Amino acid sequence: MSERLSVRKTYKLYVNGAFPRSESGRTYEVTDARGSFLANVARASRKDARDAVVAARAAFPKWSGATAYNRGQVLYRVAEVMEGRSAQFCEEVAALEGLSTSKARAAVDAAVDRWVWYAGWTDKLAAVLGGVNPVAGPYVDFSLPEPTGVVAVLAPQRSSLLGLVSVLAPVLAGGNTAVVVTSRNRPLPAVTLGEVLATSDVPGGVANLLTGDAGEIGPWLAEHDDVDAVDLTGAPAGQAMELERLAAGSVKRVLRPPAEEPDWTADPGLSRLTPFLETKTVWHPIGL
Amino acid sequence: MTTAPPSPFEYAPAPESRSIVDIAPSYGLFVDGEFVDGSGTPFTTVDPATEEVLSEVAAGTAEDVDRAVKAARRAFTRTWGPMRPADRGKYLFRIARLLQERAREFAVLESLDNGKPIRESRDVDVPLAAAHFFYHAGWADKLDWAGLGPGPRPLGVAGQVIPWNFPLLMLAWKVAPALATGNTVVLKPAETTPLTALLFAEVCRQADLPPGVVNIVTGAGDTGRAVVEHEDVDKVAFTGSTEVGKSIARAVAGTRKKLTLELGGKAANIVFDDAPIDQAVEGIVLGIFSNQGHVCCAGSRLLVQEDVHDEVVASLQRRIGTLRLGDPLDKNTDIGAINSHLQLARIRELVDIGEAEGAQRWQPACELPERGFWFPPTVFTDVSPAHRIARDEVFGPVLSVLTFRTPDEAVAKANNTTYGLSAGIWSEKGSRILAIADRLRAGVVWANTFNRFDPTSPFGGYKQSGYGREGGRVGLAAYLKEAR
Repeated sequence: MSERLSVRKTYKLYVNGAFPRSESGRTYEVTDARGSFLANVARASRKDARDAVVAARAAFPKWSGATAYNRGQVLYRVAEVMEGRSAQFCEEVAALEGLSTSKARAAVDAAVDRWVWYAGWTDKLAAVLGGVNPVAGPYVDFSLPEPTGVVAVLAPQRSSLLGLVSVLAPVLAGGNTAVVVTSRNRPLPAVTLGEVLATSDVPGGVANLLTGDAGEIGPWLAEHDDVDAVDLTGAPAGQAMELERLAAGSVKRVLRPPAEEPDWTADPGLSRLTPFLETKTVWHPIGL
Repeated sequence: MTTAPPSPFEYAPAPESRSIVDIAPSYGLFVDGEFVDGSGTPFTTVDPATEEVLSEVAAGTAEDVDRAVKAARRAFTRTWGPMRPADRGKYLFRIARLLQERAREFAVLESLDNGKPIRESRDVDVPLAAAHFFYHAGWADKLDWAGLGPGPRPLGVAGQVIPWNFPLLMLAWKVAPALATGNTVVLKPAETTPLTALLFAEVCRQADLPPGVVNIVTGAGDTGRAVVEHEDVDKVAFTGSTEVGKSIARAVAGTRKKLTLELGGKAANIVFDDAPIDQAVEGIVLGIFSNQGHVCCAGSRLLVQEDVHDEVVASLQRRIGTLRLGDPLDKNTDIGAINSHLQLARIRELVDIGEAEGAQRWQPACELPERGFWFPPTVFTDVSPAHRIARDEVFGPVLSVLTFRTPDEAVAKANNTTYGLSAGIWSEKGSRILAIADRLRAGVVWANTFNRFDPTSPFGGYKQSGYGREGGRVGLAAYLKEAR
């Protein structure tokens, strides 16, 4: 009996809850760690990035306004759905990162667990980062963390899934919406993650994933006036300073890239949550 | 507006004596615990109420800044860094007490150099500055409990550039948290208001603060740039205009320097039709006319619900008519002098544009002193959200009045700005206040009050009003290594 011919996937962008091709019509070839052809992946353009920002901005009021409990459940749902597709993620991570099956499996497991970790943070942040301020006067005065807004994320170039989840999940957990440029050469798990997000109650536009070249799209996002913050973790070598300069034009919050890509298995603490949170302080008099 | 007949109860002059301050004819830079000559061309600082020259002040060059940074680095490495945290705290407690002891002197000097009413410098600026040192003193040996991760560590040398609107208070907001967290400081005061910072240097000496822990380098923009761009500065903190803030963010791009920015604002002060109008009017006046409107968080856009617009504006005009403008040292003065002729020119320009664009200008009958820099309290009605006076920060006693019909419209208009520093809400309905406060994109929301500050209460902006917070527990993060 002849072997069944497999049905291959078309790898597209994930923008506003849909899976469009790049408006530019461009694709690029993605290979596995040994150089064998895997897929032609959509190569996002400046226009795609701008469309993604529009979608992220439109999604912001509802996502940031959702209860923390609700956001936590949605992010936990992402973990649930990912778990069910872990075989597919393992295959992609192993092929792209050149990992053994067991190491790929560990990376996928850690990525699922990371969603669980951040899902649990959503309704703790206000208690841990905010509080009542004992001002010297007849006022009730409290501070609480709020999301910064639309965050552009240049995802790590090497860790195709665990690294991606490690930078995306904290942005969403804080109530921000995201436009992510994925690893250029290892984008397949990101596209599959888009399919997970689309089926996990994450509202369309909250997370937008652009496959392509951070070096090409990054400057447009860093400069975009309707982007509130940029995470430069996956910025191409030598480009971070220029991106930070562009971001200064609209006083964006900037998370600078580490000297080299970190060990994503380490406990992330709050280091990726607080850069994308604002503190709001509210005063009201006390009196009869 | 018709001039009111002279009242039989006219206020008699009640000037605070300036004999308590002793202004030297010239000042040097405060570097490594000593006053030293600057290498730049000295500049004068004037009393904006009289244009009298108060003193000549040294201008720091890049070389002077380098000396100051070296002194700060030495102090960080040898004395302040290794010091027991409890002892750092005790120095800050000393400074807080010295500021209280010399409060009147600081208040008079601040009003002379800045032009603000003595009532404000005496009751707000100086007590709050002392409170900031007292508050942060207590943190020095308790940072492990600040929730910023285990064993938080200082950054090193902080370069700080502050504005002229609250000279001593902004110094306190910058210096107190920096020292409490174990950093040392090079501070550049504003060019037009250097005197209280130089008096603060004397306080540091009286406190026996180790040399180099606090260095004060006076000068203009070039001096500030030298501080920001110095290679051995680990942290830059700036309060001032959004334009300069952006250039600073560009300058530190690609470096290791940690940056916090407290920039401009165009706050909406929202008055709902159920608000207690008299209280709201007091809040509106406090929000835009205190400190001559030289306040980044000033309530410069009044959003009034349409059905109470006429009532609020009439009441506001009546109240403004009772404000007393004049000698900043007079204890009855409400509105002092504009800080500089440059700022006065900017206010005049924007007010002219406001009229040219079609808004209605109103000013009370108000006699302005002949000498000095003065601008009367000004209210614009018929303002559209597209007008420059509704968008640009005037940084003067100029209020733009806009209207709204529904809460949604109020929120949309309030958030329709590139800024996000502060906002006000006036309503008697608690659920509405909380709902609106939740939806305003601003770092500080005052409900049924305005322009309140406290060292325990974090202050800072959203959007292009900057990033980082000053005050409270979260304010400490600006001066500590990234917590994991």
